[in-house]
Amino acid sequence: MSALESANKIKAKFGDLVTEPTEFRGEITLKIADAEKICDVCLFAKKQLGFDFLVDISSVDNYGEDPRWTIVYHLRAIGNGDEIRLKTDVSEEKSELPSIIGVWRTANWHEREIYDMMGIRFAGHPDLRRILMWEGYPYHPLRKDFPLAGKSSEMPGVVFTKPAPLEGGPFVTLPSSADAISREPRVRNPEE
Amino acid sequence: MQTQSEYGYNSKIEGDVVLTTVDAALAWFRKNSVWPMPMGLACCAIELMASGASRFDISRFGSEVMRFSPRQSDCMIVAGTVTYKMAPVLKRIYDQMAEPKWVIAMGACASTGGMYRSYAVLQGVDNIVPVDVYIGGCPPRPEAVLDALMKIQDKIGKEPILQRTVAAKLLNLQES
Repeated sequence: MSALESANKIKAKFGDLVTEPTEFRGEITLKIADAEKICDVCLFAKKQLGFDFLVDISSVDNYGEDPRWTIVYHLRAIGNGDEIRLKTDVSEEKSELPSIIGVWRTANWHEREIYDMMGIRFAGHPDLRRILMWEGYPYHPLRKDFPLAGKSSEMPGVVFTKPAPLEGGPFVTLPSSADAISREPRVRNPEE
Repeated sequence: MQTQSEYGYNSKIEGDVVLTTVDAALAWFRKNSVWPMPMGLACCAIELMASGASRFDISRFGSEVMRFSPRQSDCMIVAGTVTYKMAPVLKRIYDQMAEPKWVIAMGACASTGGMYRSYAVLQGVDNIVPVDVYIGGCPPRPEAVLDALMKIQDKIGKEPILQRTVAAKLLNLQES
């Protein structure tokens, strides 16, 4: 069974909840309309379609758009090597979706990382603590409105942070439609 | 037969006497057994291991006794990127080291944050502990580590240990 067939089975099972599978460079993506149903889709993919390995969960900050967050799940079937990708959107006001630890236990640390870096909470997660930054750090550094240099913060007597000096800015990329040479990371002042 | 002069040549003690000051002797003992605390945090620690191994052989300078207990070490070698999360740990280990103590910031990251101009990285370990010698390089070669160690030895060799101890004792007496 190919990845596209699996994706079509998910589509047949859940109907309007998921979009038609899209293919890009041989990779199949399904978008799930309601983030609250993510567990059902994942459980079906694992139990019925053999996607027994959760490769990664990542999150995207569509800053300035609504809904702001996109959560991306990469699934893999060890048996035949098929991979599919599930996406679902979460609004900034809500910033919460169900945890899928009940389906794949490895989701635990992936979800903690997303909580740490993006500030999206996972309902039903047994241990939703920061995983990279320390307890008490006030920001979520992978959000687009968080500056590359960082922000000042202080926990008295424990730790502090200061914005890093970026004069001449090392390795800054500019989002634009220009060619690769003018987009590539190079020394730039942040406000340029 | 004894010589007449007190200061004259005495064959019985020839070759067994060295004249020096107590300060210089203490400094000499001290500088040739600097026990490092290897604070290995990133790839610099691999070069630090190379300096300890047979090709570069840090024991030629009396520093082969790498101590993983801060209470037994004299010189903390901060080898690698210091993140803000690690910073309180590093500070605490430094505080646990007994006086006298020295710090070597090994490599660009420990000295200035290096290429990590980032929210997560402390921009130089001298923000939290006093550094005696900085080593450039990413990572520095073991020769550079040995050179830094020799600079620390020079520094220790010039320290008026006894003078300082006596001065501190006198100050304590005056205060109490």
